[in-house]
Amino acid sequence: MSLLVYTENWDGKFKKLSFELVSYAKAMADKLNLPVTALSIGNVADDELKQLGNYGASKVLNVADNRFDSLDNKALAEAVAHAAKSENAQIIIFSHNNVGKAIAPRVAVKLNGGLVSGVTALPESFDPFVVKKKVFTQKAFAHVQIDPDIKILTLAQNSFELIETENNAVTETYDPQVADDVFSTTVKETNKVTGKVLLTDAEIVISGGRGMKGPENWGQLEELADILGAGLSCSRPVSDEGWRGHEEHVGQTGKIIAPNLYFTFGISGAIQHLGGVSSSKFIVAINKDPEAPIFEAADYGIVGDLFKVLPQLIEEVKKM
Amino acid sequence: MKFLVLISNVPDTTTKIRFVDDNKAFDTTGVQWIINPWDELALTRAVELKEAGGIEKITVANVGESITEATLRKALAVGADDAIRIEAKPKDAFYVATQLAQVAKDYDVVMVGIEASDYNGSAVGGMLAEILGFNSVSAVSGMNIENGQLSLTREIDGGQQKIDVETPVVTIVQKGIAIDPRIPAMRGIMMARKKPLTVVPAVDAEEKTEYISFELPPPKAACKLVDEDNVKELVRLLQEEAKVL
Repeated sequence: MSLLVYTENWDGKFKKLSFELVSYAKAMADKLNLPVTALSIGNVADDELKQLGNYGASKVLNVADNRFDSLDNKALAEAVAHAAKSENAQIIIFSHNNVGKAIAPRVAVKLNGGLVSGVTALPESFDPFVVKKKVFTQKAFAHVQIDPDIKILTLAQNSFELIETENNAVTETYDPQVADDVFSTTVKETNKVTGKVLLTDAEIVISGGRGMKGPENWGQLEELADILGAGLSCSRPVSDEGWRGHEEHVGQTGKIIAPNLYFTFGISGAIQHLGGVSSSKFIVAINKDPEAPIFEAADYGIVGDLFKVLPQLIEEVKKM
Repeated sequence: MKFLVLISNVPDTTTKIRFVDDNKAFDTTGVQWIINPWDELALTRAVELKEAGGIEKITVANVGESITEATLRKALAVGADDAIRIEAKPKDAFYVATQLAQVAKDYDVVMVGIEASDYNGSAVGGMLAEILGFNSVSAVSGMNIENGQLSLTREIDGGQQKIDVETPVVTIVQKGIAIDPRIPAMRGIMMARKKPLTVVPAVDAEEKTEYISFELPPPKAACKLVDEDNVKELVRLLQEEAKVL
């Protein structure tokens, strides 16, 4: 028996969340005395694959097959299920991101397993198998029991620490035997923003709301984000007004983020907004309205004019 | 093309979340029920495509008890042609997906929001696709029909892709699929009363997961306020106390 973790790559590289996932699997595996196998699909160099060993994978299955580049959900699910069977995996772990959310439910059906998505911690017990997850868009937690023998989890990002180990992973070339006719997704065009910090990766996120008064005032937020290496986001009214693109909208119906520091300027903190950001470790609010609900969610705040605060803040962080 | 839009009946997003029965159940007292926001965006896009002439029929379906019919009627008022309610208490995602499979098998395109705002499972769409052997595409933020072929835009990390996918397919949609949810007009509300709403009995299905209990997050400590002329102090707190700068 084993634990299988699906480690996605981004243009051949792993990210912090890949290592977070392996660390989580390893911590669970240690309690069960089981080994961790990582499954990598796509072209990833050997050195990069070896890194998964540093976080606790004892075996890496390497599927260097570019047919999967189209992210065909059906084909990916078939590949993961094939690996799970050949590794006799009892627990299969994905990230709770776009790809994980897409494949985990399919794998659960294929393997007749039970799925809990958006898990935030190690299982509270193994028999019965109970895990904690967020519900009601971050407003509450639930303890959920998985009944079937095969357990499938998606792990909420930034909910587990990276733990390095002395492990050495054995890398094996693996063929999940997915037939050509399973693939039915054709990518016609890919547009990627380059040179920007991805909101889902960012340790610090700078966010502007309606209090910024207009798109012409975003220069200072951009400057601050640049100095801090932070991601840039906005509240819903800002993206609805077209001041900023929809890809920057964070909140219940936009992107859900969990950075270490979430820095808000002129955001009142409607409940729907907080639903997307309340997993941030620290929230800072700059708002002129002392009654704004953002101050109930924030750890630190300034009640005042953000246009006075921003230049001072930029000066201060430049000195760091 | 025939479209099926799955509708989850969820508490209004401003609902104060409380639990009863020793924290074993969600307190539904006084709750206003709405169409799950992402499902509402899915339906809006389906209606737009139908108005543009690309869709033959839009059906909405949910798994729920009779109380959820008001939500289905609202979906009919927005512009769906007919509704199906599967008479069952929705248990876990696999149970719900199994129920929906009996209906969804007859459609070319199934649309479902990326998650429901109550249990945040993100699971029913993918499970349904797997049960039916349909393909699925997740994080769909754009949908068009070009020459009778479905053309999708999906979000990937740091960007977007335009893709073609064969039907039948389950599309799991998110923000961007439509800009604003469509608000039913009075005429739509009148018409919705006459549109067919069929009640279908549940099939036998397993539950694979059980909600044991719930809890609210611990109350947050009060916000530490700094004077607007003392930004230096804020930076110091973030560096030395929070250790995040």
